[in-house]
Amino acid sequence: MDFALNEQQEMMQTLARDFLAGEYPEKVLRAVAESETGFDPRLWKKLAETNLLGLSIPEEYGGVGDFLDLTVVLEEMGRACFISPFFTAVALGAGTILEAGSAEQKAYSLPAIAGGKSIVTLAVAETSTGHFAEGIRSVATRAGDGFAISGTKLFVPDAQAADHIIWAARAETGITLFILDIKTPGITIRPLKTISGEKQCEVTFENVRVGQDQVLGYIGQGWGYLEKVLERASVATCAEMVGMADHVLRITLDYARERVAFGHPIGAFQAIQHRFADMAVDVDGSRFVTYQAAWRINSGLPAEREVAAARVWVTEACQRVVNSAHQIHGAIGFTEDHVLHFYTKKVRARGLSLGGIGYHLGKLS
Amino acid sequence: MDFAFTPEEEAFRREVAEFLEKEAPREYREKKVTYFDMASQPDWIAQHRRMAEKLGERGWLSIHWPKEYGGQDKSPFFRLILREELTRYHCPGYDSIGCGIVAPALMLKGSEEQKKRHLPGIASGRVMWCETLSEPNHGSDLAAIEVFAREEGDYFIVNGQKIWTTNAHFADWNALIARTDRNANPPYRGLTFFLLDMKTPGITVNPIINMAGHHEFNEVFFEDVRIPKENVVGGVNRGWYVVMSLLDYERTSDVAYAVAATYLEELEEFARECDLLTAAAKDRFARLRAECQVARLLHYRVAWMQSQGKVPNYESAMSKMVSFELLQKVCRFAVELCGESGVLAEDSLRVPMHGRIASCYLRSFGFSLEQGTSEIDRDVIAQRGLGLPRLR
Repeated sequence: MDFALNEQQEMMQTLARDFLAGEYPEKVLRAVAESETGFDPRLWKKLAETNLLGLSIPEEYGGVGDFLDLTVVLEEMGRACFISPFFTAVALGAGTILEAGSAEQKAYSLPAIAGGKSIVTLAVAETSTGHFAEGIRSVATRAGDGFAISGTKLFVPDAQAADHIIWAARAETGITLFILDIKTPGITIRPLKTISGEKQCEVTFENVRVGQDQVLGYIGQGWGYLEKVLERASVATCAEMVGMADHVLRITLDYARERVAFGHPIGAFQAIQHRFADMAVDVDGSRFVTYQAAWRINSGLPAEREVAAARVWVTEACQRVVNSAHQIHGAIGFTEDHVLHFYTKKVRARGLSLGGIGYHLGKLS
Repeated sequence: MDFAFTPEEEAFRREVAEFLEKEAPREYREKKVTYFDMASQPDWIAQHRRMAEKLGERGWLSIHWPKEYGGQDKSPFFRLILREELTRYHCPGYDSIGCGIVAPALMLKGSEEQKKRHLPGIASGRVMWCETLSEPNHGSDLAAIEVFAREEGDYFIVNGQKIWTTNAHFADWNALIARTDRNANPPYRGLTFFLLDMKTPGITVNPIINMAGHHEFNEVFFEDVRIPKENVVGGVNRGWYVVMSLLDYERTSDVAYAVAATYLEELEEFARECDLLTAAAKDRFARLRAECQVARLLHYRVAWMQSQGKVPNYESAMSKMVSFELLQKVCRFAVELCGESGVLAEDSLRVPMHGRIASCYLRSFGFSLEQGTSEIDRDVIAQRGLGLPRLR
């Protein structure tokens, strides 16, 4: 057993931390959160130069590092409250192609993702809690050599910035994944405004024509692929939440050491200290349960229960951390001027993403 | 990052399980007696001693000690595995105080003679220990200890009262902390740590029955009890430092997360048989199961630190607090799960799960008090872990 990061993981951590410290100060965070695209092409290009966009993609496709490295980097991105299509492109887009794609599809798409030339998003949910097989109603019917797809998806992340989209529809024997250029005729993208500054869209397909070669994996096997992708993405999002909660704990500690009331720093009062002790439990516990799940995935071991435990526990623990942070900060943390609310909003949004904890609670009982 | 046990550790787990399959008291397994409510069984002290000797014969109680003290130099994960398996088999025999606290404190702070004299007894499972820390007027505030040891020739003469002493009614030896300097400033610099033979004249042990109706702890009176000077550990007036190092061991001596996980599993089986698995119950099982995973990892972190030669600090307080509070939650959930049967007494007609539900529930009120209260644990995490200032 080893609770420490190895050399490669430490290197990735430093790389991500330095990049974000240099390129993503609070004023950039504010600008990106308010922007319509949630995406700065200049920043994206620089990110591609760090090779971080190739994380967990095999080297033969231009990638670098494994799933644990990605976990480490996502924790850093959480720490910086990094709003970008990174998670979408790497954990969802590349993740799905890796899971379901043919050799040709991988060779075509993965180097482009790793090189920052293509952002691939994933469209699954059709209702607000739609990450389950029965929730997929979109239909793909045979048309000529390929299919014609219709339907509406909600909460498609970063569709406004994406180049390609992976779409889950019912075709012949069951749920099937398709990958296509997001500019294909018949696709309409309308932004949903979120409280967190992260970009989500409604995407409508109206008789969108695709060829047989745009089927990702086997017809009818789509949900099996998605379960695997969601398992990994759930851990990846836990890593983001861990980073956010850890940063929130740090800034709250700084505040409690400096803020004086009744002649003492408020951090000296037991009522405040005991909140902090619980926050420390929530952050440490979240980190270990996340890394254990990531390690199991990385080692090719069955991970369903560990992933579910992580997703359920981390989601609620990190929520508790931001709630306590607000209470300790008092009124200043309740303002737009303070940075805390960005974390609060993003922790909430990530907690509800990918089907929230409901999907995972079922796997634990 | 690596969360796997080594093949050698896995093999040890299988070896222990095979042994316990044959040797663990069958009745305890059938009744699903949990580690913390073994005192509910009339023959538990005899079973405890019987199993301790068997574990001692195999060298398992000292498996993680250095070879020079009779151990096998294995990592702390071996002890953890032993305790997890004992928990799974509802088996007594591990003296948390002797093996878990006194032995490591002796290895850290004891003299060579003390180690030679006391470690073999602990390793053999034949010598059981208790520790006398708390006093009627001082629980969490250890520095205020009043029991006094007066120097007289080659001896210290002890007078006073200790309380909440687990296992004092059968322990062979006692780890005693007493005041040797009433004028010390700060007061903690006037404390000394002693090893005391419980057969020494002048010791009176009176039982205290806990709210579950069981006898685990005691009050202990000292009347002119003579302790030879060679039984001082770590130097006169330097007992505080021994206690502080000991508390970090105490906080990870038990595996309450494993008790919680085992109990939760058995509860679920029971709930399934009795048709109690409603959607609401399933949801609570799922959340508690996730929490077991977290508590387990917080404990493994401490074992990992120990295996790296690092001295755990707030990490052990965190692990202990989370594990014990989790077990408390599981015990409370069990009562709610059972409805009105949950309050049937251990020996009642129609009592569910062999009486464990009510017994564990009542015992669980102690979990956030023993080995340092949860409040002290939170102080430790905030002050030693996060560096927040102390208010004085």
